[in-house]
Amino acid sequence: MSRPRDPLCWAFAALLLLAFGMPALKPLFAALFPALDRPLYEQDSFVALLLAHAAIVLASSALSLIAGLAAGVFVTRPAGREFRPLVETLVAVGQTVPPVAVLAIAVPLIGFGALPALIALALYGLLPILRAAVAGLESVPQAVLDAADGVGMNAAQRLWRIELPLAVPVLLAGVRSSVIINIGTAAVASTVGAKTLGSPIIVGLSGFNTAYVIQGALVVGLLAVVTDLGFERLGRRFERVPNDAGLR
Amino acid sequence: MIELREVSKAYGGILAIDGLSLAIGRGELVALIGASGSGKSTLLKMINRLVEHDRGMVLFQGEQVRSFRPEDLRRRMGYAIQSIGLFPHWNVARNIATVPMLLGWTAARIAARVDELLALLGLDPAVYRERYPQQLSGGQQQRVGVARALAADPEVLLMDEPFGALDPVNRLALQQELARIHRASGKTIVLVTHDIDEALRLATRVVLLHHGRIVQDGTPMQLLAEPANDGVSDFIGRGDLGLRLLGQHTVAERVRIGEAADGEAIAATLSLREALSVFVARHTDRLPVIDGVGRALGAIHFADLLRNNG
Repeated sequence: MSRPRDPLCWAFAALLLLAFGMPALKPLFAALFPALDRPLYEQDSFVALLLAHAAIVLASSALSLIAGLAAGVFVTRPAGREFRPLVETLVAVGQTVPPVAVLAIAVPLIGFGALPALIALALYGLLPILRAAVAGLESVPQAVLDAADGVGMNAAQRLWRIELPLAVPVLLAGVRSSVIINIGTAAVASTVGAKTLGSPIIVGLSGFNTAYVIQGALVVGLLAVVTDLGFERLGRRFERVPNDAGLR
Repeated sequence: MIELREVSKAYGGILAIDGLSLAIGRGELVALIGASGSGKSTLLKMINRLVEHDRGMVLFQGEQVRSFRPEDLRRRMGYAIQSIGLFPHWNVARNIATVPMLLGWTAARIAARVDELLALLGLDPAVYRERYPQQLSGGQQQRVGVARALAADPEVLLMDEPFGALDPVNRLALQQELARIHRASGKTIVLVTHDIDEALRLATRVVLLHHGRIVQDGTPMQLLAEPANDGVSDFIGRGDLGLRLLGQHTVAERVRIGEAADGEAIAATLSLREALSVFVARHTDRLPVIDGVGRALGAIHFADLLRNNG
């Protein structure tokens, strides 16, 4: 993070600058949109919105990760193998439902506020993680599993020492797409009453205030970029098996 | 050390092992050999319970293998397989340390053992300790695989076609390493192979399986000289029988002590089969012979190849 050429570093700095410095841009938006009475979204500070947004994404993604990984491990164990087709069908069907529809379904069931948004996001984020967990666990070569059994690892040792570490790169890719999707979907969650970076966008859209929409979208977009770059960094760290010299 | 009594195992109604009995004593190097589907691999895996037998008894150190927890049993038996199965996220040292770590050895003891094994298998510890499996050649990977199997000084070493995927040069080198380790450690080794030459070269005892039953059980020499039936003869290969018989003897057994001959000397430890090859390649009928430290021992004549064994 210290290297000046690091894109993650730059993107993170830009995000902070924009979140803290949005009030300073008021004259700019006033000049760009002279027709608007209030060219800057001021109901909440962008820093507060950013933190709330990050919190809801973090909480929902954590829920998705725990549930998705647990389900992924379960359906790849001998005991859970017969549930695998069922789970895979659910995953496939779930992926075809757009995030907005998930929110729309959540509201009549749970009501307005942060809770339905959290649940909807966690459910929607579950799918890529579950799929990646299964794919990651399945990607462990049979020879490695045979060797793990042959040297005398029990089921838990095999899972924790061999299968999960080897599944991490694939799993991480699933978490990455899940979190990125959730960052976007969390903005939509403002429609059901959660306070997020989507709030200026929703208010702007309903009040024909393009400046609000741009302000919200800019920060959400930067948050997504920073997160994506962060995952890329994390992914490189987990790719700790060197591949430079010699091949099988 | 290992005993099977009237053991059977069926897969989907078809018997893979059919009422088989076999006793393997301490220090033997037993090769289980047979065509694909003969049950040799199944037999091996029943010893460490990777496959559970249906009927009969499998005994290890006089106790039924079912009385052990599978993990405990396997940690007492080294296991090496053709596909090697090194853990790709662990470096060589950690791979070799797998069983010692499961057994809770101290870090210092593990580190010492890893270096000892790397050296034993001809890999420089300083160079290879930190490497990852992907950075090794196939032969090096299998050396690490064998080192991992030996790590916790197991009472038995089970090997399932360990050298099957290697090129001939590496295969021969590793076979020699294994023979050396067997001689030095006196470990009981059970080796599954479909390579008759590997079995004849390494084993103190060859067990030939067909359709889950033992067709012949004896020393390599017995197998070659007194095949139990035509099937055994076919399996050994009628065309190469003479060569394989020669492969069972060394130059040292036939050397004429003190006699001189011209040309580059051959080692007394060479098999007669290799000596034959040298005779033919050099178009000669006499070769000087030297001992292990390079001193002249005598000479061997082409006709000596035929002495004693017709």
